[in-house]
Amino acid sequence: MHEPAQEWKKDSASSIKELLGIWLFFLYLIVYIGFIVINVVSPKFMGIDVGSLNVAITYGLGLIVLAIILAFAYNHVSSHAEELLNNDQRRDVETE
Amino acid sequence: MNYVPSPWAIVIFLIFVVSVLMISYHFAKKTKSSANYFAAGGNIHWSVNGIAFAGDYLSAASFLGICGMIAVSGYDGFLYSIGYLAGWMVALFIVAEPMKRMGKYTFTDALDAKFNSKGIQLVAAISTLVVSLFYLIPQMVGAGSLVTPLLGLPHWAGVVMVGTIVIIIVATAGMTSTTYVQFLKGGLLIIFSMTLVFMVFSRGITTSPDQGGDVPFHNYITLKVLDSTKDKVVLEDKSYQVVKELPVNGSLRFLKISKGQEESIWKLDDKKGVLEETLFITTLANGTVLYNGGAKEDNRFYQIGHMSELGGDTNTKTGTLNLFSFIDTIKKGTVIRWNKQVIADNGGTHTVYYQNPTPGKDVLSPGLKYKIDSEKGAKTTDKIDFISLMLALFLGTAALPHILIRYYTVPDPASARKSTIVAIAAIGFFYCLTLYLGLGAMVSGVIDITNDNMAAPLLAKSFGVTIFAVISAIAFATVLGTVSGLIVAASGAVAHDLMDRFLGMNLGDKRKVFAGKIAAVAVGIIAMILGILFKGMNVSFLVGWAFAVAASANLPAIIMILFWKRTTAQGVIASIIVGLTSALGLILLSQETFNNLYHLVNVTAPVPLANPAIISVPLSFLTLILVSLYTAKKKTLNGTIVSQS
Repeated sequence: MHEPAQEWKKDSASSIKELLGIWLFFLYLIVYIGFIVINVVSPKFMGIDVGSLNVAITYGLGLIVLAIILAFAYNHVSSHAEELLNNDQRRDVETE
Repeated sequence: MNYVPSPWAIVIFLIFVVSVLMISYHFAKKTKSSANYFAAGGNIHWSVNGIAFAGDYLSAASFLGICGMIAVSGYDGFLYSIGYLAGWMVALFIVAEPMKRMGKYTFTDALDAKFNSKGIQLVAAISTLVVSLFYLIPQMVGAGSLVTPLLGLPHWAGVVMVGTIVIIIVATAGMTSTTYVQFLKGGLLIIFSMTLVFMVFSRGITTSPDQGGDVPFHNYITLKVLDSTKDKVVLEDKSYQVVKELPVNGSLRFLKISKGQEESIWKLDDKKGVLEETLFITTLANGTVLYNGGAKEDNRFYQIGHMSELGGDTNTKTGTLNLFSFIDTIKKGTVIRWNKQVIADNGGTHTVYYQNPTPGKDVLSPGLKYKIDSEKGAKTTDKIDFISLMLALFLGTAALPHILIRYYTVPDPASARKSTIVAIAAIGFFYCLTLYLGLGAMVSGVIDITNDNMAAPLLAKSFGVTIFAVISAIAFATVLGTVSGLIVAASGAVAHDLMDRFLGMNLGDKRKVFAGKIAAVAVGIIAMILGILFKGMNVSFLVGWAFAVAASANLPAIIMILFWKRTTAQGVIASIIVGLTSALGLILLSQETFNNLYHLVNVTAPVPLANPAIISVPLSFLTLILVSLYTAKKKTLNGTIVSQS
């Protein structure tokens, strides 16, 4: 068997991170699919004014901003989970 | 247009190149082991790696290609920005940490971690090489586009120059120098692009842009037509003589007219009863090329891109604008875009560019490049093509070899995640800027219609030679950095995956590094040849293909290994082969390739789609599932027979 780069410490937060990652991925995917569907089904809708901008630019920039927000949220929860669960695990090992 | 290099631009460019080479020289001394050469020793800090990710990703396609496409096709170019960034969601939420946990130096390591299969090692390495080469082509084309205005050298010289410098960078210090070159370039690109956007806002928009007074605005004139029949056109201004009508298929009519000794080509607008001035490039039968009837040096071929009216006023200018008022001003005006018509004449050809006044609100909505509106004649295949492109951009990012290997330059999976987040923030911010850079170029009279890749650097040039020199040097560094990353990925595939693991050559550490360096030189030379062959194609469009190939060949295998326990080695191998060949086959048989690569005019290609992802990605997933189920079943049956006997 080929070896990985190095042996990582057991990550007790990995299942939480994986689950959160999948949920956030699907959340973003739905918004992204919505963008494609509107473009294909009703391109005129994209031209409707939204203040100084229009739906196309608002939605497009919104997708970029949403990606950044979700990325930071994911990192915040993941880092917190790693801190909490991996420290608990270390404490348990030390107690034993 | 005729490009005249400035000494200041050359000096700044040389400072950049020397800095990049010094970084390589500095790290060369520390790069002795294969871990250092292929993965920078796994010691890069996540914040540096994050900006380097941005440096890797914000390639010539992002900076030159997207800005150029927005400058000529409006919002449709911005679709690339949206799709490219969306792809990072797959990278962050699905791929980042597991890839780091499973791999060592290359993407093949991660795929093969569970199986130790010679087949996976071979096909994954081949896939890495093919995707890297596909991605290298647009970078090299971009390099060629840049050196002409910057240094006054021909396209091929730029390609050879980039190739040579990159080979030096990679062959001396591998991934470590590549990482720091990317960090430097990624950071500078974002800072200076932001500066350029502020300058665009500060200058505002005018109906007669003159590049800050440097280049007088050319006012395109019309000639009144007194009478126009099928065979005859009579002009009011008798100083012009109609020479002949040029033969064109379709409803458009173009006339060659003369004034004194000078001949020019005009478009007839029957409804308005006028002839409209055009821009035209004539290739004579003996190969001589004339620009608006003169040599390139005569400067008769103008830069284009302006607004003919702002809120109904045809001779006006705005004050300083902001994020919102800039868009609003374009939305309420009319942008002069240019269409192209190629006309055969006297054994040569005229490439005629004619004005296409487009309402600002159409420029800011999808549909100018990608037909998606049925009411404007979009067919079902056009809509499928659009979906296919957006799918390729979404799924391609997390499957690009030069992005995947960057997960091995950080110490642990958490750092892989954090560096991805830094990358998303930096890249997302930059992509928001591309909208303003592209639209800024569109209305500032800076576009070279023969090479839309130069829109952003030429926009910078309209603010002065210093900012142009800096932006061009950064764009050149952009190409250098991305090409370096791709060549490291390709050399890893050859030296580590193919030679060391697949062929079992058991190269020692030093020999593996040496093999990697030789592979880097070979891939660099191939990239140079391809960069010269593909001259003139929009780099963002070419990158769309690279994404489609990566998404089809690599992503199904990565996703299924992570999330489907019944995936077998044979399933992975079959999926990569089917994804790779189907994507390549569909691209090579597409209309775009027929027109732009094979130069087959009026020949209908067998594949109506320009982007293959919508067929090749599901096909690759399906292949993996079917082959895995079949081979797992076979394995179970064999196991039962063995246990019974």
